[in-house]
Amino acid sequence: IMADQKTNKEQRYDRQLRLWGDHGQEALENAHTCLLNATATGTEILKNLILPGIGAFTIVDGHRVTGEDVGNNFFLSSDSIGKNRAQAATEFLQELNSDVSGNFVEESPDKLLDNDPEFFHRFSLVIGVQLPESTCLRLGSVLWSAGVPFLVCRTYGLVGYMRLVVKEHTVVESHPDNALEDLRLDQPFTELKNHISTYDLDSMEKKDHSHTPWIVVVAKYLENWCNEHDLQVPKNYKEKEAFRQLIREGIRKNESGAPEEEENFDEAIKNVNTALNPTKISSAVDDIFNSEQCENITSQTAAFWLMARGVRDFVQNEGNGSLPVRGTIPDMIADSDKFISLQNVYREKALQDAAVVAKHIQSHLQAVGKVTYPFNAGGLPVSPLCKNAAFLRVVRCRSLAEEYSVDSFHKDTITSCMDSPDSEMVLYLMLRAVDRFYQQHSRYPGVYNYQVEEDISTLKLCVNSLLQEYSLNVNVKDDYVHEFCRYGAAEPHTVASFLGGAAAQEAIKLITHQFVPFNNTFIYNAMAQTSTTFQL
Amino acid sequence: MADGDEPMAVDVGSSGDWDGRWSHVQKFLERSGPFTHPDFEASDETLQFLLETCKILVIGAGGLGCELLKNLALSGFRHIHVVDMDTIDVSNLNRQFLFRSKDVGRPKAEVAADFVNSRVPGCHVVPHFKKIQDFDESFYRQFHIIVCGLDSIIARRWMNGMLLSLLVYEDGVLDPSSIIPLIDGGTEGFKGNARVILPGMTACIDCTLELYPPQINFPMCTIASMPRLPEHCIEYVRILQWPKEKPFGDGVALDGDNPEHIQWVFQNSLERAAEFSITGVTYRLTQGVVKRIIPAVASTNAVIAAACATEVFKIATSAYIPLNNYLVFNDVDGLYTYTFEAERKENCSACSQVPQKLQFPPSAKLQEVLEYLTENSSLQMKSPAITATLEGKNKTLYLQTVASIEERTRPNLCKTLKELGLADGQELAVADVTTPQTVLFKLNFTS
Repeated sequence: IMADQKTNKEQRYDRQLRLWGDHGQEALENAHTCLLNATATGTEILKNLILPGIGAFTIVDGHRVTGEDVGNNFFLSSDSIGKNRAQAATEFLQELNSDVSGNFVEESPDKLLDNDPEFFHRFSLVIGVQLPESTCLRLGSVLWSAGVPFLVCRTYGLVGYMRLVVKEHTVVESHPDNALEDLRLDQPFTELKNHISTYDLDSMEKKDHSHTPWIVVVAKYLENWCNEHDLQVPKNYKEKEAFRQLIREGIRKNESGAPEEEENFDEAIKNVNTALNPTKISSAVDDIFNSEQCENITSQTAAFWLMARGVRDFVQNEGNGSLPVRGTIPDMIADSDKFISLQNVYREKALQDAAVVAKHIQSHLQAVGKVTYPFNAGGLPVSPLCKNAAFLRVVRCRSLAEEYSVDSFHKDTITSCMDSPDSEMVLYLMLRAVDRFYQQHSRYPGVYNYQVEEDISTLKLCVNSLLQEYSLNVNVKDDYVHEFCRYGAAEPHTVASFLGGAAAQEAIKLITHQFVPFNNTFIYNAMAQTSTTFQL
Repeated sequence: MADGDEPMAVDVGSSGDWDGRWSHVQKFLERSGPFTHPDFEASDETLQFLLETCKILVIGAGGLGCELLKNLALSGFRHIHVVDMDTIDVSNLNRQFLFRSKDVGRPKAEVAADFVNSRVPGCHVVPHFKKIQDFDESFYRQFHIIVCGLDSIIARRWMNGMLLSLLVYEDGVLDPSSIIPLIDGGTEGFKGNARVILPGMTACIDCTLELYPPQINFPMCTIASMPRLPEHCIEYVRILQWPKEKPFGDGVALDGDNPEHIQWVFQNSLERAAEFSITGVTYRLTQGVVKRIIPAVASTNAVIAAACATEVFKIATSAYIPLNNYLVFNDVDGLYTYTFEAERKENCSACSQVPQKLQFPPSAKLQEVLEYLTENSSLQMKSPAITATLEGKNKTLYLQTVASIEERTRPNLCKTLKELGLADGQELAVADVTTPQTVLFKLNFTS
């Protein structure tokens, strides 16, 4: 029965397992997230976490369900009106997936912060939806000190807003789109050189010649070139074109002197540009190596930094400035034997390098008095580490306090974005302005029809006082003030649903430590169907 | 706020509505604003239009379809039809949230409609457990807007062609009332796109066919004699070994949904791989290759369907100027969106009225014409049927989709265009699954 259950879950989650693997799924199933406020935005976010099988969720909400709530929320019904919103929503959400454990707390976030702020320490991630500014900042401070990631989301009319607040988030498996291959053709390692030397292109039979992997072809021609060019690989367009021409001339000719069909040589010519890319370490990875955590290894050091340090030690010693070999090669025209043996050369080197990295990690562990390897929860065995060494990423977000403080807010970012007065930055400023309005009047502007007109001038005062407080010399067009009064703090379902998808995937990134979260403010404009990410 | 547990008595009116139900929507319909569409007029009649009159067709009740139905229902749309030819599979449940384990095997359209109708009082979703090709113009004409959540380019092109065929031109001028806007969404893993198509006015699906590069199948010689990847081994078993060995009986085709079939393919792929020292064949990979599985998650579908539904709302109400006309989304690294205007193709085979040309020497074989129709990146036909008028009569030159006719017309493939009696300037009518209407080509002989 256990086996059947496993197969059933594997079937159910098949389409997503192909994205984040069994280990990603395991991380997700061990996660417990807290949602503050079961509005449409909140329940849509949770839906997209419950469906893929998050371990548990807890909704904290002190509100009672209103008719308006039911109107835009798929996880409430008219029977829910008058009930506590956390409870009502939990019932409907729980029904989506019996593997998930749903909980609710009938309490306002402010009350919890007053009476039991440590309540929030137990969560993998806290998601705050439609929070007033004061609550948001209070919560942000508690979670920042506790090291709990905080994702702030709000839908305001046709504007979506997300803010990620996490001190430091490390990623080994970033799964980059369009990653460059790691072929080392500019600095072939010994085993690769030896393998290449087993080929003699000129003396090969026709069939072998046209089924030799392009990597070998390029390597051979590169050897000749380097011997004639002072050991320098082709650098500029002219040299690369000359190099391509040399390869072109290497294509076998038939009796009439016309070139034969040799697809592997065509591939070689096509790949010259990328094949000649110098093997080098990205600045993102360099920054990781130069981080304080990588330098100072203690018994408290997290797994990621121990691993990064192991890779760094390799780079500085056995790697001679290069990362451990990744070990994969792309498919290419070749007969099976030639391809497999070439692939094995890279694979074996990768395994060798990984073993060296492991030794370095081991010696650091020993030095700080830790014994076990691989690490406990959060660590990965060395092989995925080395395969991903070129793509390690660290995301560090500023705190809300830093964003809001007059002394540390990002004035330049805001000002330069506002050079385009319709940039999403104006939407950010308007959100800050309506928060100011709420602080002063305990309501949002334009909620009732009769308020729209008069609130425009009041909201404009809030905009101006905001700009003044931060000495921001930018122009916020009146149209936006009008539009935000018109919104009347509405939460249209389609905008809530867009954010629901966006936020849920960021949450999954944070939980699984796969793929890279945004940093740190995302604004979605549903009027224009555009979006931007700012670092504030 | 009362602390008691008693819910308030709720006055649910005869229309099934309650106080405040549509308040989130009303603010966009009953208030004027600085960014509204030039045609927009604040009025309480627009909401009534949505609730009582506006008719939307949703194509597909899968990952995008479920989200679309929910989004439209909660935006005030009540008259919604949904078409889907599939039944529910357990692997749908990670994102198609209107379905449960107990629904596996039932038609998606019907289960989806039932769920939304019961969750959203007053909403009337009408399901159709059918293929889009089962309906004709009279069906499609009744809708104000059509929104697609399809997983097939062929189906998209067919839908595109259907709406183009509804266009009415008077004296060469397009009658705007014959235009049915088409909102099209697509997703794959963490990527997606949403586009607004106004048939006859903006870029259509076929105008941007090159954005969908043809699916790459591995070359036969690689599969047959030079495998290098585990995928090559699996394709060998699927394409060559299965038809030869007929492991489950004569005429029993490989069914990707049958675990026994997949298991057989998996085992044999392992053996094939071992022969060539290839590693990496797994059950999951085998199933993925055989079924051409595309990874999918709830979040991407939510984002794209939301963007599409927002556009449906804008167009139905004139609340805002619609997306013009293509949105791309990717959340692998942060969140990335790109919005641009896809341009119409001057000689688009679907929506331009430019006659399509075929340029071939009279000595060219019909086979070459067939290859051109399937391989050309702007045409990408699947199994075109070619007909010509010869000696006053319609003659099918080649047709693949009916076995007996295929056999009869196959010899024509090796004949030259001249031998077939075709003349310079001759019109050829080509039918294909990618379009509901035949495409007319003019044959120009080159020397």
